[in-house]
Amino acid sequence: MSLAIQITLNGESRAIELDDPRITLLDLLRERLELTGTKKGCDRGQCGACTVLVDGRRVNACLTLAASLEGASVETIEGVADGPELHPVQQAFIDHDGFQCGFCTPGQIMSAIGLLREARVHGDPERVREQMSGNLCRCGAYAGIVEAVLDAERLTARESERGVA
Amino acid sequence: MSEFVPITAPARQRQQASIGQPVKRRDGVAKVTGAATYAADNHPKDMLHAVMAVATIANGRVRALDVAAAKAHPGVVEVMTPENRPALAKNPDDRDNPFMFRLDLLQSDRVRYANQPIAVVIAETFEAATEGAALLAPRYDVEPAQLDMHADSEAFVPEAVGPGAPAESHVGDIDAGLAQGSHRVDSTYETPAQYHNPMEPHAVVAAWEGDKLIVDTPSQAMTIARGRLAGLFGIDADDVLIRSPYLGGGFGCKGALMSPQVLGILAAKMVGRPVKLVPTRPQMYGPLGHRAPTSQTLRLGMDDAGKLTALSHHARTTSSMFDEFFEPSANISHTLYASLAISTTHDAVRVHTGTPMFMRGPGEASGSVALESAIDEAAHACGMDPLAFRLANYADVEPISGKPFSSKRLYDCYAQGAERFGWAKRVLAPRSMRDENGLLVGWGLGTATFPVIMFEAEARAIIRADGTGVMETGAQDMGQGAWTALAQIAADSLKLELDQTVFRAGTSDLPDGGVAGGSGHTATVGNAIDAAGRNAIARLIDMAVADTDSPLHGLAADQVEARWGRLQAVDDGARSEGYADILRRAGLRELEGHGRGRADADVGERYAMHAHGAVFAEVKVDPDLGQMRVTRMVGAFAAGRVINPRMVESQFFGGMIWGLGFALHEKAETDPRTGRIMNANLGEYHVPTNADVANIEALIVNEDDPHVNVLGIKGVGEIAVTGTAGAIANAVWHATSKRVRRFPIGVADMIAEPATAD
Repeated sequence: MSLAIQITLNGESRAIELDDPRITLLDLLRERLELTGTKKGCDRGQCGACTVLVDGRRVNACLTLAASLEGASVETIEGVADGPELHPVQQAFIDHDGFQCGFCTPGQIMSAIGLLREARVHGDPERVREQMSGNLCRCGAYAGIVEAVLDAERLTARESERGVA
Repeated sequence: MSEFVPITAPARQRQQASIGQPVKRRDGVAKVTGAATYAADNHPKDMLHAVMAVATIANGRVRALDVAAAKAHPGVVEVMTPENRPALAKNPDDRDNPFMFRLDLLQSDRVRYANQPIAVVIAETFEAATEGAALLAPRYDVEPAQLDMHADSEAFVPEAVGPGAPAESHVGDIDAGLAQGSHRVDSTYETPAQYHNPMEPHAVVAAWEGDKLIVDTPSQAMTIARGRLAGLFGIDADDVLIRSPYLGGGFGCKGALMSPQVLGILAAKMVGRPVKLVPTRPQMYGPLGHRAPTSQTLRLGMDDAGKLTALSHHARTTSSMFDEFFEPSANISHTLYASLAISTTHDAVRVHTGTPMFMRGPGEASGSVALESAIDEAAHACGMDPLAFRLANYADVEPISGKPFSSKRLYDCYAQGAERFGWAKRVLAPRSMRDENGLLVGWGLGTATFPVIMFEAEARAIIRADGTGVMETGAQDMGQGAWTALAQIAADSLKLELDQTVFRAGTSDLPDGGVAGGSGHTATVGNAIDAAGRNAIARLIDMAVADTDSPLHGLAADQVEARWGRLQAVDDGARSEGYADILRRAGLRELEGHGRGRADADVGERYAMHAHGAVFAEVKVDPDLGQMRVTRMVGAFAAGRVINPRMVESQFFGGMIWGLGFALHEKAETDPRTGRIMNANLGEYHVPTNADVANIEALIVNEDDPHVNVLGIKGVGEIAVTGTAGAIANAVWHATSKRVRRFPIGVADMIAEPATAD
């Protein structure tokens, strides 16, 4: 069995030789590709700190075997900003103080980006709370997180309108 | 070229200080881009991975480990057990002070609690180390575990509770007070074992360079940790460098250095290569501290006017079989309510668990939920509104000591919180409010309080030749906002703009940053910074007035003041010059100032110093299904001077959410047969999720305290846990008329009969 995979990682095509079939996407990113922005909080899919986007959808990287990702597109927190220009969700997390310690933050932001791609929350904080509940924040920065997601939705909606016009 | 000289002041001049401004987090960009480096993100060259094997029994001995099987696994480099663990200079079971705890560093085959480390597997990869640890397949000689905190025959009175408070305190005659009351409350409240569960485990990346040690690990107290490591390894403290620029949450469990952190360092020493060790989430339920369970009995007497005649608070708690930390729950009753007599007592039972630890509001949080529930029961017994009852028993001096408060704006907290919440519309009788969907609605109140605690810290200020400033102190940011709030204090102390001030923190080679704990970090380090900055400015003024080329020459030092990068004469603003001019003429590259922050013992003798607050909660309960949700919370807090209202609001939110978790979610479940924790993970140990937190508001009540310290800072990190849990419990009672005295309150409590309608 070959342990090589070809993936698109933050927009870049990568051929990756896996040294072990047990490697999760999370440990691949953190321990082998020097992408440590994605965090390990529980290693069993319960906290959401390792949330990344695979083919545009939110997944727990700790529950995803790297070997299963042949051909997949993976987006991590390191690939979100456009150079020095922060993604609207990143900026909104700063503006609304959507974090304290920051450890869950990369996962929260990837989850928020995924959420806004999956479906509009239509300015409804209850939808945000429900759909962001896979990402625990022990510091309790939830109020700021909800505000940040709502703000980012407003901003991205305006931008896409401008894009159409 | 024009000869024109602008007559306006420098463009950067402004009158407003950085302190008090809602500055956004200066570490914000690093944290939202993944660039912030937490301990486990480090990866020195040739690093190995270590994984702990932990005990699956609570009492006994490890009889056998299959070390050969583990070592035979590809990639495994070494297995560290009691038989081959490198020697230590200090017995891990020795303890020198109340802030030092005994450690489990493979000193024997003895198992004292479930999840105790029993071996460490070191391998080329995390995967190999994990598999190696599983292959150890330990066998044990199992002995019965003592797990029952209600074993009265085992109970004893500790010498001290918390970090050194007396186990008992009394004022007045409690029996006479109880006899004097015409109303009575006699209730026992049970609180469970809770685990800190910071999102970031206690990771360690350790690298030895000869006898020098470099450690990346989260620490709320790097200087203490450095001393602990120096003692354990028999090396000089200056040869230990701890780097902790970002903690992924602390909450008390990263205050003292913990066993897994030291095991990672031992592993690195053993193999002669850098090692990373990160406890798994289940391994965090044992060797890393917890809030001990309590059983608290409150006996209150009230006269016909609703005034307390007696307040008796007894707390039973637990500690481990081998070390001491006793949750000082009853001491919350020292400060909040006036009573003719007050009695607080503690006792404890030893059980086979890991040692309990400081956990956000240690004693205050668990004590508050019992006291505030009992006060609510007392108000009901007197037929009084819970707020009116609290006001009737408002303490104008600290009840246990008779000392005046250094400041106390609790009345304003009640008033502003009640106004914002709409408390006046509350219906007195329980189970009498419903929403438009027929859900039962309850409104509850809890009073919040937390003492002003200061440790000791130092800071070094530097004014540079270009007129900008640097402030250095080994402060620790676990999310409370030290990178931002302390930088604001630093800028003001040097009379510079925030962006002209470099703030350095987060490593142990800087001046002692003290402890990020006890809600005292901003007060302690902030005052050290303030003193260092003022010291640097004073030295600069001395230079200027002595310099014949200075426009300030000849002035007395107190006739000169610093204003945003310049020194000027107090009574003549035209006589001024920039910091850079003074240093340039003196040929200096920089000028240093030093400062220290610590509590003034004399002030502590004269005043009772506490932050206060009031938390109002709305709970809705499905009358048929018992489902509960906290739909609204308003907290109002007076905690002295606020450095950064944005950070402070976030601390209050976080504390209130911890209170919510206390009231409705958090509980470690121990298997009574084995002593193992059955829900040692984040799926089954429930911390509040986003969906659990609906509408939350925190009001900052202005409070000017001239006594606590120079800057007037009290502390905001823990107070909001107190009050909140009680407010929610009281709201549940108000919604349903069911008084639940065992926490957390769950659906089962709602559907169980009988209701206590009285």
